[in-house]
Amino acid sequence: MAERPGRSDRRTRTIRIDGLARVEGHGSVYVRVEGGRVVEAQLRLFEPPRLFEALLRGRDFSEAPDITARICGICPVAYQMSACRAMEDACGVSVDEPVRELRRLLYCGEWIESHALHIYLLHAPDFLGYEDGIAMARQHPDAVRRGLDLKKLGNEIVTLLGGREIHPVNVRVGGFFHLPAPDALAALGERVLRARDAALDTVRWVAAFEVPDAELDCELVALRHPDRYPMYEGRPASTAGLDIEPSEFEAHVTEDQADYTHALQARIAERGAYLTGPLARYALNAERLSPVALEAAREARLGPECRNPHRSIVVRAVEVVHACEEALRILASYEPPARPAVSVEPREAMGYGCTEAPRGLLYHRYDLGKDGAIRAARIIPPTSQNQRVIEEDLRATVQRSLALPRAELEHACERVVRSYDPCISCATHFLRLEIDEP
Amino acid sequence: MHESRPRDAIVVGLGSPDRRDDAAGLEAVRLLAPLVPPDVRVAALPGRETELLDLWTGAPLAIVIDAVLSGAAPGTVHRLDGFIDALPGSPPHPSSHDLGLPDIVELGRALGRLPARLLILGIEAGTVAHGPGLSPPVRIGVERAVRIALAEVATARSPSPA
Repeated sequence: MAERPGRSDRRTRTIRIDGLARVEGHGSVYVRVEGGRVVEAQLRLFEPPRLFEALLRGRDFSEAPDITARICGICPVAYQMSACRAMEDACGVSVDEPVRELRRLLYCGEWIESHALHIYLLHAPDFLGYEDGIAMARQHPDAVRRGLDLKKLGNEIVTLLGGREIHPVNVRVGGFFHLPAPDALAALGERVLRARDAALDTVRWVAAFEVPDAELDCELVALRHPDRYPMYEGRPASTAGLDIEPSEFEAHVTEDQADYTHALQARIAERGAYLTGPLARYALNAERLSPVALEAAREARLGPECRNPHRSIVVRAVEVVHACEEALRILASYEPPARPAVSVEPREAMGYGCTEAPRGLLYHRYDLGKDGAIRAARIIPPTSQNQRVIEEDLRATVQRSLALPRAELEHACERVVRSYDPCISCATHFLRLEIDEP
Repeated sequence: MHESRPRDAIVVGLGSPDRRDDAAGLEAVRLLAPLVPPDVRVAALPGRETELLDLWTGAPLAIVIDAVLSGAAPGTVHRLDGFIDALPGSPPHPSSHDLGLPDIVELGRALGRLPARLLILGIEAGTVAHGPGLSPPVRIGVERAVRIALAEVATARSPSPA
């Protein structure tokens, strides 16, 4: 960008967005511009440090799924699944396939619920020019009804499998406490089929949105599985050639502390910032989407890879289709498992678990003692992993938008953050822009 | 994905079971459930406020019981018309985990998913610290809210004068 010397270029502009609307939790944005160049871009996450890793120390291995579910009210299933997988890995236990199918179904419910909420109430208002989902609902009631119905269906799947919808109580290391009633599962099929159609309508709806130009050149990291679109299983992989076991994750991913945010910031040790979440999952696994979801992606012109974070709404919509398809597949072939859980005996070992939360890869590692007590725990949530990329995107967005009026610049920053669906709880408009001129 | 419309009144409790007095609405509907006629639906929706839109649409009367923080004495029961009164405790923007009650009313208005009449019984909380168990004044407030809800349900069900 050509720079013209002059008074306006010498000034310092500080852009502070003290509360981010329509993201999970409490955070803010701080950008400092000096002499026409962005010199700092920070995503500040204010949620108090929750110290869950310390809280887990000394607790029994069987408690980890229920304790870590409390980290987030939106994606508790992801925490339970990563915790279970890590504990089962530590104890050398393999869960029966029919139980794994039920866990996948539970996870489908969480994806549908979380994505529907983000697409319809948090993200879509940005594209259609509304302050929030309620204002949008006045002009687009049918769309919002469709979104709420999808969210409700997702909630019901979680409730049916998890015992309740927020912080489910039916998940245990080794399987479930109780199996769902077969007739309750059978009754779900017809409704999931209708939800699948609503999800296809969602893809068409969001694919027509006008989207700002943007292109991420960062490394994309997601689980990859030989024949499944990742959700419950897979190996951490990336567009830069990473392909590792979950147990090798910390050998490649490091976390640092910054003094302005309560969340740790992850990076690939060898290369730096990277992104997890829908764009990464799609880039690494598009061909493993269900045929109907893949066709929806083609119709939406997503291509083999999508690197525009603002189009993540389209990928989320495609993933809702896939989650419905996956739920239908599981329901159609359901045979009640012989037992709700396998018995798990603790042993002195390390265990690793990676699954795909709606907003990205969620890593758990536990160090167990002989008696099953947790000696150490490590949890790396997706928003910690995405924080640096969000900051880089903020920096680039402000740099190319400096000529915009203040309100538009703030709005552009908020849009950037929302497009990543950060979860500050695990990452609203009280805007203040300060411009200091010497 | 839509179910049958309620033909009679519905009473819903909101709140969190793990935040002391925030569970007041949940406790109220627990006490209320065995006391109302069978065709009055009673539900607890901890953290699932958007489901109100499905439950109350078309009902002649919906009573929502929830804890509030307004500065009044703990246990005070605020009685509000959901369509007329300004609702207390409304954040200026929706939380993303779910919407607050005022937002749900607005959303219901936009989507045509409202009951004919909406009564909100707000029980003033003393503490919303982590943990189970209501504080003593709030327990008394819960009992008062239950009596009010029962009287409202009975009035709504009695034949209206010709």
